[in-house]
Amino acid sequence: MADVNIDWPWQYSFPPFFSLQPHTETRSKQIAAWKTLILEYFKASKQSTLDIHEATNLPVFNNTAINRKLNTAALLTILNELQNSGNAAPTDKQKNIWEIYWHTLEEWGNIIYTYIMNIGATNSVLTIYELTQGDDVQNEEFYGLDSNVFIKILKALETQGKCEVMLFDDQQGVKFF
Amino acid sequence: MNRFEYTESSLIVNEQIVAQDINIRLYDGEQKTVFESGEVFFTTHRVIWCNPGELQAEKIVLSLPLYLVKYIEEESPSTFSFSKSKKIVLHLHDPLPDRNEGPQISSLYDYIKLSFREGYRKNFASIIQECLRERRWEIKVQTQSLTRVSQIKLRTGIVGIERSIQEKQKATDKSISIAFQDLDKLMTMAKEMVRLSNNISAKIREKQGDITEDETVRFKSYLLSLGIDDPVTRDSYKSDHQYYRSLAKQISDIITEPLSDVGGMMALTDVFCRVNRARGLELLSPEDLLNACRVMDSLNLPLKLHHFDSGVKVLQLQTLDDENVATTTSELIEDKGSLTPEELAQLLNISVLLSRQRLLVTESCGKCCRDESIEGLRFYPNLFLTRD
Repeated sequence: MADVNIDWPWQYSFPPFFSLQPHTETRSKQIAAWKTLILEYFKASKQSTLDIHEATNLPVFNNTAINRKLNTAALLTILNELQNSGNAAPTDKQKNIWEIYWHTLEEWGNIIYTYIMNIGATNSVLTIYELTQGDDVQNEEFYGLDSNVFIKILKALETQGKCEVMLFDDQQGVKFF
Repeated sequence: MNRFEYTESSLIVNEQIVAQDINIRLYDGEQKTVFESGEVFFTTHRVIWCNPGELQAEKIVLSLPLYLVKYIEEESPSTFSFSKSKKIVLHLHDPLPDRNEGPQISSLYDYIKLSFREGYRKNFASIIQECLRERRWEIKVQTQSLTRVSQIKLRTGIVGIERSIQEKQKATDKSISIAFQDLDKLMTMAKEMVRLSNNISAKIREKQGDITEDETVRFKSYLLSLGIDDPVTRDSYKSDHQYYRSLAKQISDIITEPLSDVGGMMALTDVFCRVNRARGLELLSPEDLLNACRVMDSLNLPLKLHHFDSGVKVLQLQTLDDENVATTTSELIEDKGSLTPEELAQLLNISVLLSRQRLLVTESCGKCCRDESIEGLRFYPNLFLTRD
């Protein structure tokens, strides 16, 4: 987890980056930088869930080189901003556990649907496991995606009438139209 | 009251009216008398009380020779009395046996009071003090010239000069000993004292060679601690508004220079201390100071009162606005890489409170950004806006 390789932006080693700025314009720049960094980090590490109380275990929120951590209040502000742009959603009411979408659910839907169309798999039933862990999808962006997130994406597609999700106990499948 | 006598109202040769006021009641000691709402004239020779207009009409008036007055005192209304009028107390010597007929044959008290229903000018008492000191009534009239008499003195040779110097010394000596009799007197004498100290300091300057530098400096510091020579006081103004306006001008005179020295901004508490230090005696209340500072804006003074969002109040130069502060502060931060309020305070030689305010102003202009950590608050150049 710690050996995620991304290009750390210059802000990451700038101490004020880890304190929420009160000046409006400065703050919006700061939050924008955080959003980019978080999405990039989660994309590189293929993670989708974030427990805000565990956040400082992740190097992205804790720069040991300059001894700065992002505090929970600031993190929540940033996550709320991510939620506004469709890049994050809390999974519980206390907003402790968050899902991070480096593509919005809609973008994901398009990516997956395009993939299905390309391989001509419409009208056949596929399992979720097959789509996220299978050998065929190793080179796709959604390879290794969290299955809960994946199901959310499919549910969104279902409302558009592009697929039907079938969930029986441990049998999770989907049929695209 | 038994020292008063009925006399002609016309002034004798060489007698001059030095002060007058209307609507005055006489007190025999602590007791009110029937002599009320009259006019009082202080001449170089006596105190005259009469009903309005009687002096001009040259009628018989009540008068009290000044040689019977030991000393005078000002009396402010006490907390418990309802009357707002101010009083001057004249302490008197025993009456002379061969006096004219007066309104009262004997009295229990050896002082009288003049009650000023409408207050009096602030230098009223000091004018009378001056009169008492000059003792003009003792000077025998030698010529018909009324005004020049006292100034013509016989000066013959070196002895004459020496004698006049000696007299001057004696007078100085006397005024110093009177001044230090008690604090109340010192307050009325303050102006005189300051003038005296200025004279002395001028003399010191002339004789710089004779006295060591150290002594001069020390003596000057004593003189300075005597304070400003004419403090604005509430007594001398009819309305609060006027008082605050004059006070504002005086504060601005005193403070502008030290304020520019410390970077153009001074916390109101510091201003308060400095102003009261300069006044020495007639101390200001914080409220008066604040009110005076509030009217500064309308008076085109070089200073203005500024409230920070945090509630801190400061006086600052009119030319110094947030934009300026932000620019200079951000330049300092650029120079040093980053600054804490403490570091900036040391750098500019100002208080931490003010340096913190400066940084917050700079931040609110978007010219720096904060880093809050366990090490404390630190400010960096605003790379969020300037980089990219």
